[in-house]
Amino acid sequence: MAAEVLEEISELDKRIVRALQGDFPLVAEPYKTLAEQVGVSEETFLERVQAMRDSRKIRKMGAVLRHREVGFTANVLVAWEVPADRLDTIAQQMAASPSVSHCYDRNTAPDWPYNLYTMVHGHSREECEHVVAELGEACQVSKHVMLYSRREWKKTAMKYFME
Amino acid sequence: MMMALTDFDKSLLNLLQGSLPVCSRPFAKLAEELGTDEQTVLTRVQELKKEGYLRRIGTFFDSNNLGYKGTLVALKVNPAKMQTVAEAINHYPGATHNYEREGRYNLWFTLLTPNLETEAKILSEVQSLNGVEDMLNLKANKKYKINVQFKLH
Repeated sequence: MAAEVLEEISELDKRIVRALQGDFPLVAEPYKTLAEQVGVSEETFLERVQAMRDSRKIRKMGAVLRHREVGFTANVLVAWEVPADRLDTIAQQMAASPSVSHCYDRNTAPDWPYNLYTMVHGHSREECEHVVAELGEACQVSKHVMLYSRREWKKTAMKYFME
Repeated sequence: MMMALTDFDKSLLNLLQGSLPVCSRPFAKLAEELGTDEQTVLTRVQELKKEGYLRRIGTFFDSNNLGYKGTLVALKVNPAKMQTVAEAINHYPGATHNYEREGRYNLWFTLLTPNLETEAKILSEVQSLNGVEDMLNLKANKKYKINVQFKLH
C-alpha cells in the first residue's frame, strides 16, 4: 500500500473508537448508551461515527457470523504464486468468488514465492479442494499451497488505542 | 442443540451482515425493512448472539486508516515447542489471529501495531523464542477483500 500521510486522530475519536470496540449494546438506542460512556451527546456521537465511516476508519457497522454455526465448517488459507503482471487481475477475480472471504497481495520471501493469499470457505474439506481447483483453473494459476488450520490458538478483535 | 434458523432469521442475518444503520434507533429501522417491530428484532438478535450464530456485532475498523500497521507472520516452529511459542505469541495484544497450520511453516499469526518500530521489536522477540526456527514477515501490499460475509439462503 502506498505511503500516505494520515491525519491525526482526535482524542474524542479515540474515545469513541474505544467505546465502539467493546460489546455493542443490544438495546433500542445503542448509540445513546455508548455516547453516555464517552460523555458526549448522542447527536455528536452519531456525527462522529458517520464521519469515521465516510473517512473509512470504520469499515463496517454490522455483524460477522460464526462460520461453523452457519454450516461453513471447513476453511483453508491458500497461498498462490501468481505472475506479477497478472496479479491485479487475478486478485480481483478471486476476490469476486463468494467462497473467498479474504484476498490479499503480500510480499514474498527468498524461499517463499507465494504472493497472493485467499481464505476459502466451504461446507467440507472436499468442497474447499473443489473451489480451489476451480479458482486455479479459472485464473490459470497452478502453483499454490493449501494451508489447512490444525488448531486455533487465538482469534480476537483488535482493541485499538489501548497502548 | 442449536436452534434451526428460520427464514426470518436468515433475512435478519443477511441484513445485519450488510450493515447496521447509524441512527438513533437502528433496530427499529431494520424492523421496518423486515416488516416487523423493533422489539422482535432486538429479542431475536440477542438470542442469535447467545446461541453463537453471531461472532461479533458492532463496529469493524480499518486498521490502516486508524494509523496501525499490519502484517502476517509465518513461523517454522519445532513441534515440541509449539505450545509455548503459540502462548507467547497470544500474549501480544496486537496478535489477533494465531493458527497452527499444515506445512513447512506451521504457525501463522496476524500482527497489528501502532507503528513499525513496535512491529520490529515484537518480531525480533518472536524470532528469538526458543523453538522458532524460521520466520517470514509477509506484509500486505493490497487488500482486495476483507469482508467476511456469507449470504444465507
